[in-house]
Amino acid sequence: MAEIAIRSLRKAFGDFVAVQESSFTVADGEFFMLLGPSGCGKTTTLRMIAGLELPSAGQILLDGQDVAQMPAQERDIAFVFQMFALYPHLTVRNNIAYPLRSQGMGREEIRRKVAEVARILGIASILDRPVGGLSGGDRQRVALGRAIVRRPKAFLMDEPLGALDAEFREHMAEELRGLHDEMGATTVYVTHDQLEAMQMGDKIVVMNHGVVEQFGAPQEIYDRPATLFVAEFIGSPAMNLLAFEGSVGPGMGADAQTATLSGAAVPLPPLAAAANGRLVLGVRPEHVRLSDEGAFRGAVTAVEYLGTTQIVTLTTPSGTLKARVPARFAVEVGARLGIGFDTHTLSVFNATSGHALPLTGAAHG
Amino acid sequence: MAEVTLTGVTKRFGATTAVDTVDLTVPDGAFVVLLGPTGAGKTTSLRLIAGLEKPDAGRIRIGNRDVTAETPAARDVAMVFQQYSLYPHLSVRENLAFPLKSPLRPQNPAAVDRKVKAVAEMLRIPHKLDNRATALSGGEMQRVSIGRALVRDPAIYLMDEPLSSLDAKLRADLRVELKRIQAELGATMLYVTHDQIEAMTMATQVGVLDRGRLVQFGSPRAVYEDPNSVYVAARLGLPRINIAKADVFDGMAMPPGTALLGLRPEHIAIGTGHPHARAAQVTRIERLGDQTRLHFVIQAAEMVTLTDPHTSIAAGDEIPVAPVDPLFFDVDGHRIRA
Repeated sequence: MAEIAIRSLRKAFGDFVAVQESSFTVADGEFFMLLGPSGCGKTTTLRMIAGLELPSAGQILLDGQDVAQMPAQERDIAFVFQMFALYPHLTVRNNIAYPLRSQGMGREEIRRKVAEVARILGIASILDRPVGGLSGGDRQRVALGRAIVRRPKAFLMDEPLGALDAEFREHMAEELRGLHDEMGATTVYVTHDQLEAMQMGDKIVVMNHGVVEQFGAPQEIYDRPATLFVAEFIGSPAMNLLAFEGSVGPGMGADAQTATLSGAAVPLPPLAAAANGRLVLGVRPEHVRLSDEGAFRGAVTAVEYLGTTQIVTLTTPSGTLKARVPARFAVEVGARLGIGFDTHTLSVFNATSGHALPLTGAAHG
Repeated sequence: MAEVTLTGVTKRFGATTAVDTVDLTVPDGAFVVLLGPTGAGKTTSLRLIAGLEKPDAGRIRIGNRDVTAETPAARDVAMVFQQYSLYPHLSVRENLAFPLKSPLRPQNPAAVDRKVKAVAEMLRIPHKLDNRATALSGGEMQRVSIGRALVRDPAIYLMDEPLSSLDAKLRADLRVELKRIQAELGATMLYVTHDQIEAMTMATQVGVLDRGRLVQFGSPRAVYEDPNSVYVAARLGLPRINIAKADVFDGMAMPPGTALLGLRPEHIAIGTGHPHARAAQVTRIERLGDQTRLHFVIQAAEMVTLTDPHTSIAAGDEIPVAPVDPLFFDVDGHRIRA
């Protein structure tokens, strides 16, 4: 198994810089997500780790050895592409055995390894069936089996669940994560789906325009987004962002612990540093409190029922806001409501730089 | 706009019955969503109404007309498909105007222009009208596809997973917009999806399909809170409803014939002091940001519920779990209403 350390990695295609000076470390045994919108550089980064692209600069350390300029086949890394790439005329057994045969492994050893993989994936009973007639789920398991049978140092996966429908994707995500927990293999997984990243990852790197925006544990990235981009990209609905102007933080005067939204004072969490000018207040939909009271008010424009909860959309003088509230909370389109926030959950961003203002240690978590 | 009625409609493909004696009324001005997994008969139902398939039995009425024998063009329906179907060499304006230039429905140019502008405003793409269709993003292309249906004033709009190829953010935005547009137009809409969030958030009524049969029809809230069966209960709700054997909790009063319990997160209480509480082993805390899922095992049954994101409960803990007004089902998965 392996640790993968990325150091100042850069990739340019002519004038276009796909990945700019990226650094992060994938710990041994971690399920690691590369997350971002299309064109953010996540797939290029993965392809460089695989050896399918050569970096313009920087290092890729596989267990301390720089493999950045090494050919793909010498890296002992398995790349899982679109998972349905199977040989349809071969049996499940022969599909899984294929990579071992091409390595010249002995018949008995192949038999043993295929049986072991089939047991892990729960497909032992269909080993001698042709893959042509299998269900989508079983085909996907066979494709996975072919990747894991070699026991490489690390797995690289590029949106392996992208083509599946929502229900089945959720199911396969659980299985993939379970498989990882059983095998403990370092895995780097590319996705544009923030929920998939949150659900499966031990760590997430969020990329945008070739730049690493944030690197951390899923809940940390969700609770404390480092940039406005991350705030909007993670979470569904996204973090509410309300623009305001003012001076906040230590030494900025009596009103510096509040944001003024459309004339109403909103208490802020304790900031570690002062800031002034154009600022943005960030609040997650589940941290918005609706009631009849309050100076900061909005008009309800939509209510989306979700069973356990509902999403209420409000128009305020400071912008549109979404609140996630229990489904039993009675609310109708057209109502005017007071809007409150859970102070310790709020984020404040510099609107110009897009960066979050740091909070004092006590406010974290 | 018009009411659309299916009576005893059946469609077979060889040995497979894709749509099985379906009775369904889409009321005038309603937003009906047909929900079900792949193969449930959603798309076939839509195609039967559009006239792209002929039923083996049953009648289809649009407004006051029996259209069962009519051609697709004569039925006055507008359909939006999953994949955008735009003319790449035409501008957005020409794509939107195209359905209005059909020889079957001649309209004067000023009226076409007005209509195209109004629809572009509605879809928030007026500044893109003179772009080539191919110079648009995926989301914009799908808006234009929807726009090509909206420029017409058909008896019913039929939409087949129009948002499924879009990314999550765009899908969330377009959900709200489609709902707004439908309400503004007072349009009759039949919308097919396997995405329960689309069904819950947009529908005035949800029809749940199971292997060609319509197994429940009602408002999203009614279907979620009062499902007819385990199958229906499992179609709505995230995390999915937990189904366990009836004896998983001790000494709880149950209607006669109860074989299975259905427990949504709101049917599960954690902590001592609840009647019928029983010890459960926590297997995993799954943090999704907005919701934190607590996976646990009770009497060998695996269950999932929701908990506070910053909960101190951890994998390996033993916690007391109790049922709160669960749903009861018989051995075949049919609901038993207490």
